[in-house]
Amino acid sequence: MVLVLILLLPLIGGGAVALKGWTGSVPWLAVASNGGALALGIWTAIRVVNRGTVAGPGGFLRADALSAFMVVVIGLVAVLASWLGIRVIATELAEGSCNHRRATTYGVLVQAFLAAMLLAVLAANVGVLWVAVEATTVVTTFLVGHRRTKGALEASWKYIMICSVGIALAFLGTVLVYLCALHAGGHSAGALNWTSLMAHARHFNPAVLRLGFALIVLGYGTKVGLAPTHSWLPDAHSQAPAPISALMSGVLLTVAFYAILRFKAVADLALGPGFSRVLLVIAALLSLAVAASLLLAQHDYKRMLAYSSIEHMGLIALGAAAGTPLAIAAVLLHILGHGLTKSVLFLTSGEIMATEGTSRIDGVRALLSRRPVIGGLFGAGLVAVLGLPPFSLFSSELLMARAEFNAGLGWAAMVAMGAMVVIFVAVVRHARGMLLGPAGPSETCAASPAWVAAPLVGGLVLCGLIGLFAWPLTDLLHAAAHVVTR
Amino acid sequence: MFSPTLTFATGAVLVCAIGAVWMTSVRSLIRMVSIQGLALGLVALILGIHQGDGGLIATAAVVAVIKGFVMPFLLGRATAGGSLVRETRPLVNVPASLVIAALLIVLAFATTRGIGRFVGTAAGRLVPVGVATLLIGFFVLVARRRPISQMVGLLLVDNGIALVAFLCTAGVPFLIEIGATLDVLLGVSVLMVLAQRLAGELGDFDLDALQELHD
Repeated sequence: MVLVLILLLPLIGGGAVALKGWTGSVPWLAVASNGGALALGIWTAIRVVNRGTVAGPGGFLRADALSAFMVVVIGLVAVLASWLGIRVIATELAEGSCNHRRATTYGVLVQAFLAAMLLAVLAANVGVLWVAVEATTVVTTFLVGHRRTKGALEASWKYIMICSVGIALAFLGTVLVYLCALHAGGHSAGALNWTSLMAHARHFNPAVLRLGFALIVLGYGTKVGLAPTHSWLPDAHSQAPAPISALMSGVLLTVAFYAILRFKAVADLALGPGFSRVLLVIAALLSLAVAASLLLAQHDYKRMLAYSSIEHMGLIALGAAAGTPLAIAAVLLHILGHGLTKSVLFLTSGEIMATEGTSRIDGVRALLSRRPVIGGLFGAGLVAVLGLPPFSLFSSELLMARAEFNAGLGWAAMVAMGAMVVIFVAVVRHARGMLLGPAGPSETCAASPAWVAAPLVGGLVLCGLIGLFAWPLTDLLHAAAHVVTR
Repeated sequence: MFSPTLTFATGAVLVCAIGAVWMTSVRSLIRMVSIQGLALGLVALILGIHQGDGGLIATAAVVAVIKGFVMPFLLGRATAGGSLVRETRPLVNVPASLVIAALLIVLAFATTRGIGRFVGTAAGRLVPVGVATLLIGFFVLVARRRPISQMVGLLLVDNGIALVAFLCTAGVPFLIEIGATLDVLLGVSVLMVLAQRLAGELGDFDLDALQELHD
């Protein structure tokens, strides 16, 4: 029952926006409903750790530790993004670039997006997972094009074209896995359930499964933003409104990666770990190379953040390639840390863009002295995303690297570190120009109100706390890693 | 009767894909998509009757209505008012495209006969036809620059995959098939709206006009 409620809450928020319109306290109701989903997610996570898997009605929904963990990640990013969404839409309404009807559409679509993502991680069935992920492609296309500028429309077109093809390939992969499952003695209705796939995996036909899993990695990998099918990502992230970029980076990419993790567990049982490792290492190193080379000469700070997301997805893929329980636990911790910091960064970049009026790196100067709070948040967020302590990304990157060395992927970890050094230099160089320097005499601008800054500070503080004290999460992370490393 | 009718319907899906490579006028492209959708529904219907599977027969009806009528209608709406129909210099001309389509069919048969053998049924042996449709769809997506052609390419890819699913496994379970078909329908509606907005912004455009975003 609790799982149904988790899915319903965002929809209730969306329904309220649809009925009453984007006025008064209605948007706050949506934030509250997302907060409710987060609270229930945390409750489910605690229950799963203590008492095992929670099943929904009819076996349709199912939450093991991995699903519960993903619900918590989605909930956290959802609260941040829907909170700051109120600010972004208020600004757009004030300057006339958005009207009341489009604001309402925006609010409804965001809630629909969240419900679809929650369904993807709570579905017991890989077919339902696919339907949910594809539904988000459709919903986010309008959100990417929300501003209706030429650039936004171009980004939406590329986004839906590339992701539709990618997700179609994932469907073909799913069909081939289904074929394996039917031949291994699964019954047609339940054959696509995770539990059934894991139970029968050892009897799957290796040749067909290999093709199916490769298509799944390529297909869902397109939505993760892994190279070579990453090209939609920088366009979509830079053109979408800030909360949508935050949701895509923090939730959409990682939910698609969740799908890969699940299928990887099935493939590893049937094929041994070698096959998935080769695919993931190639995708990871390509993504890191793309991110490093395009970050060096970047002119746009939202695109800079987008390429940083490609980098982190590459790191996650490399960690997953190592595949040990420790590696997967680190991957999940990284997903959480990246979701928090990248959403804070995108949301802060939205604040910067609203007042500076440009997304060009050389158009923004001396932020720290002119707007200490926003500049400080942006700087701290970059410190976190570059993997410096005390933030949790530092711990997870260290843990992933250690696992990679132990799993015989030391050479890949070294290549990854090389790319990370290049990225570090590039980002620091761009950030120095944006943040430091003296402010001109008349250049101070209005500080962001406390209700805008508070959730952003909260997100970063949470990421720092997780980095310092991981203990509340340890049991959940290990239980979740165990789900996909049997 | 089962095997020849199934072969006929499956072949019709591939012939429509080749037709979409061959023809350039918007109206005939949309007609190809429509006939292909109906042929796909026919494949599901024949399999459903042969196996006595009610869910598959219902799927056939849904597929035929959505892919045979609703999607072509949406494609027509996207190009209404004469926008988006401009002939551009395609990256590959029609004769060369047909040669490439033929090579893709050979490639599909050469690489995926193994899956057909694994499936082990009369339907399974036709799997390479679905893969060939998928590959031709990819080719149309990459080589054609008009928005309408790209949408058609996407639908060819999708229909090819649906055909493989029907032939391999008699379709994924009913609910998932319906969900997948509705998702694709929504996607095409979104593309239609986007194409209209882009046409409003850029006039009659091809995809080379979409070059604002780059590094």
